[in-house]
Amino acid sequence: MIALNRRQILISGTFLWLFAVAGTTLVAITEFTTADAIVENERQLLLRNLYALLPPERLDNDIATDTVQLPASDLLGTEVESIAYRARLQGEPVAVIFNSVAPNGYSGKIYLLVGVYADGSLAGVRVVKHAETPGLGDGIEIRKSPWIRGFDGKSLDNPGAAGWRVKRDGGEFDQLTGATITPRAVVAAVRNTLLYYQQNADIIFR
Amino acid sequence: MTSNSEITRNGLWGNNVALVQLLGLCPLLAVTSTVVNGIGLGIATLITLVLSNTIVSLIRDFVRKEVRLPVFVLIIASVVTIIELVMKALFYDLYLVLGIFIPLIVTNCAIIGRAEGFASRNPAGPAALDGLMMGTGFLVVLALLGGLREIIGFGTLFANAELMFGEGAQRLTVVLNEDYPGFLLAVLPPGAFFGLAILIVAKNWLDLRPSEKPAPVAAVADGA
Repeated sequence: MIALNRRQILISGTFLWLFAVAGTTLVAITEFTTADAIVENERQLLLRNLYALLPPERLDNDIATDTVQLPASDLLGTEVESIAYRARLQGEPVAVIFNSVAPNGYSGKIYLLVGVYADGSLAGVRVVKHAETPGLGDGIEIRKSPWIRGFDGKSLDNPGAAGWRVKRDGGEFDQLTGATITPRAVVAAVRNTLLYYQQNADIIFR
Repeated sequence: MTSNSEITRNGLWGNNVALVQLLGLCPLLAVTSTVVNGIGLGIATLITLVLSNTIVSLIRDFVRKEVRLPVFVLIIASVVTIIELVMKALFYDLYLVLGIFIPLIVTNCAIIGRAEGFASRNPAGPAALDGLMMGTGFLVVLALLGGLREIIGFGTLFANAELMFGEGAQRLTVVLNEDYPGFLLAVLPPGAFFGLAILIVAKNWLDLRPSEKPAPVAAVADGA
């Protein structure tokens, strides 16, 4: 009886093992065959996001490969090295696009692309990834609301330090209906990115 | 043997996943703040249900009953992962919209419920139909609940439809009242519970209405 049970257990175990192998194999094959297409899709999305911040006629280099590694920085909100994309026209610096993080969103981190022209004014800001409340905080996405365009052309002097807040806090930037924490986090992160650029402009375009 | 019409009726009404079995509430309550979100999750769940039901049914004669649940879980997890990868590779724009819903499908116990309760005991054809009908029933409830919450919460319908159905669908968006201040409760999680409760009440009310024909629900209840 015991021997039989042991045999049954062995058969069931082997069966389960076979299924695990089959399932893993199928996923692995799919992963392998789709990997290139996925990488290419993500690259296209990145390019689309980068060119959304900079008019194509303002640069002539390959912005996706002309990158610089930046060390972790409190101003960028990054805890590990991050990549910045450099735009040039005939070799002259035009703009840089940072991967910044707003660490204090309503539901965790908000990942941003922040484009800064060489003169320190903002080319634009886009949200790459976030987990804010659908229907409220997600108005920071360009496809849901034009709010994020409010940063275009702004700089550290326009408005001054007191203006770099949402209106509820006495600043110049709108909040979103029903959501103040999210825009507050984004406004602070964008200003910090500008400060980072001001302090590090020389090493970025080295 | 269950007839096709019975499978259809069970899936859409009598044994509806969301309203009667009360399964899959975790993704259902989390996502249905708008119609478009509800439809997104509904479509993703529907595809998974049909595929997992079919596969489970095809292997039902080989699976030893002691290990059937881990095997079903394995199948569902593999199917969901493969759907996600294929979507990312071939339909990337759709993935950007539906992508966030895909991991939620794994938390939907309705799928393993149908694998165990129906697909493992029936041939592939009826199993696939069961998946299709259960999925459709779930999709309809998701869309209704999303619509209810969107109207009360934002005063709109089909907002952001263009994200799912292409640019032409922007015209679908209905703004019921420009000055509507919004009602936050409906959008937040409690609103999902209230909304689902209202839908369940409505369904039971329809079933219990006195009518000349015998109510179909009575025939169905023991089949569950």
